Amino acid sequence: MSNIPADLKYTKSHEWVRTLANGNVEVGITDHAQGALGDLVFVEVPEAGKALKAGDSFAVVESVKAASDVYAPIGGAVVEGNTALGSQPELINSEPYGAGWIMRLKPGSAPSGLLSAAEYQAHLAAEG
Amino acid sequence: MGRRTPLYDLHVEQGARMVDFGGWDMPVNYGSQIEEHHAVRRDAGIFDVSHMCVIDVRGPRVREFFSKLIANDVAKLTQSGKALYSCMLNESGGVIDDLIVYFLTESWFRVVVNAGTRDKDLAWMRGIAPQFGVELTERTDLAMLAVQGPNARARVAALLPAEHREAALALEVFFGRELGPWFVARTGYTGEDGFEIILPAGEAARVWRTLNEHGVKSAGLGARDTLRLEAAMNLYGNDMDENQNPLESGLAWTVSFENPARDFVGRRALESLKSAGLEKKFVALLLEDRGVLRGHQKVVTGSGEGEITSGTFSPTMEKSIALARVPRGTGATVQVDVRGKLLNARVVKAPFVRHGKILVS
Repeated sequence: MSNIPADLKYTKSHEWVRTLANGNVEVGITDHAQGALGDLVFVEVPEAGKALKAGDSFAVVESVKAASDVYAPIGGAVVEGNTALGSQPELINSEPYGAGWIMRLKPGSAPSGLLSAAEYQAHLAAEG
Repeated sequence: MGRRTPLYDLHVEQGARMVDFGGWDMPVNYGSQIEEHHAVRRDAGIFDVSHMCVIDVRGPRVREFFSKLIANDVAKLTQSGKALYSCMLNESGGVIDDLIVYFLTESWFRVVVNAGTRDKDLAWMRGIAPQFGVELTERTDLAMLAVQGPNARARVAALLPAEHREAALALEVFFGRELGPWFVARTGYTGEDGFEIILPAGEAARVWRTLNEHGVKSAGLGARDTLRLEAAMNLYGNDMDENQNPLESGLAWTVSFENPARDFVGRRALESLKSAGLEKKFVALLLEDRGVLRGHQKVVTGSGEGEITSGTFSPTMEKSIALARVPRGTGATVQVDVRGKLLNARVVKAPFVRHGKILVS
């Protein structure tokens, strides 16, 4: 059973979204996603200032097993990428919702279409 | 639901992520495959290899049978217990499987073949067996554990009854021996020292748990793949198959042409290929740029295109490594198409890592 914190929002493509006090959002990949990928060896994070539309690939996470795109849950401008992942990609495996965050974004609009923890859990169950 | 080994429940109980491997439900890791890899290189790890197929072959003409059946020469097996790694070829020189054969007595040899090819291999062997009057028995009553790493043999020996302990530790590399109901061989697929133990299926889980208690780490197929690739050991289905010959798969060293009277299956095809001139060669690659090499990626060389047969990220080297089949004239450097970008790689001398040491600069 993977960990799905109740206070976050989710996407069907296994990203999570945390709204920060200043209105920006923090984005990463879920516990389910990191478990499926296995030990991560490379992570490419976006640079500050990059403009994104919802659904754009903004990062690539690469494990021994496979490389995977990470998709923007909301459009906006990248505030910062988590550069610690350059030397410690395994933070995504060990702390997917904490130190393993991938980018912080200033949203261009209110988030829409995101799943609650319960909806994400149902989505995982349906995916099999 | 795939086929299950006697250790299936144990794997699930230990939190393994299970995957289908050649029709079997097998553990890919128990948490971190990189940690499992390091445990084998530095200490000791244990793998379930019970999905592989153990076949006992008996009859007074068993030696002649293997002399015909496989590309390596069992004439090299003069001491009881000695093992031989070989390919089994079809008439076109293509590889049906790679295997290890043990000489036990002049009327009993044991052979271990891959899980995914067991049915095909058995059918092929049964087709040739009648010519030599040998009987093949698939040993489905047995399980197989691979305990690998610099401390592996000591940990296994500590579990053996006193009268078998010395005999186990005295085993030379590539020798096996019956020790009570166990068959213990100093063989492996990791580039580290260790034992592969063939034992009654009912004992496997107890032995595994006892070894865990003695500090041997459970390790899955993910670590098994990164370890064998660091050791530049071929994986059937990736590095060679029925459409590839051993000479273009880095396995020329396992084919023996020495005895001109030994007409092993595939010999004539290989000799024709050699006279015509082999077009490809098999190389070890080290990626210089950031990224991960993977099977089927295109290799771009000054002499034409080749293909990665197996690629991964080496936990020991912290770089990406691969095996590849490339045009014969390929030089010291190549490029590889990794997700649309051409990355630089260097041809190096295999193996990449052995006995915990990185051999490539």
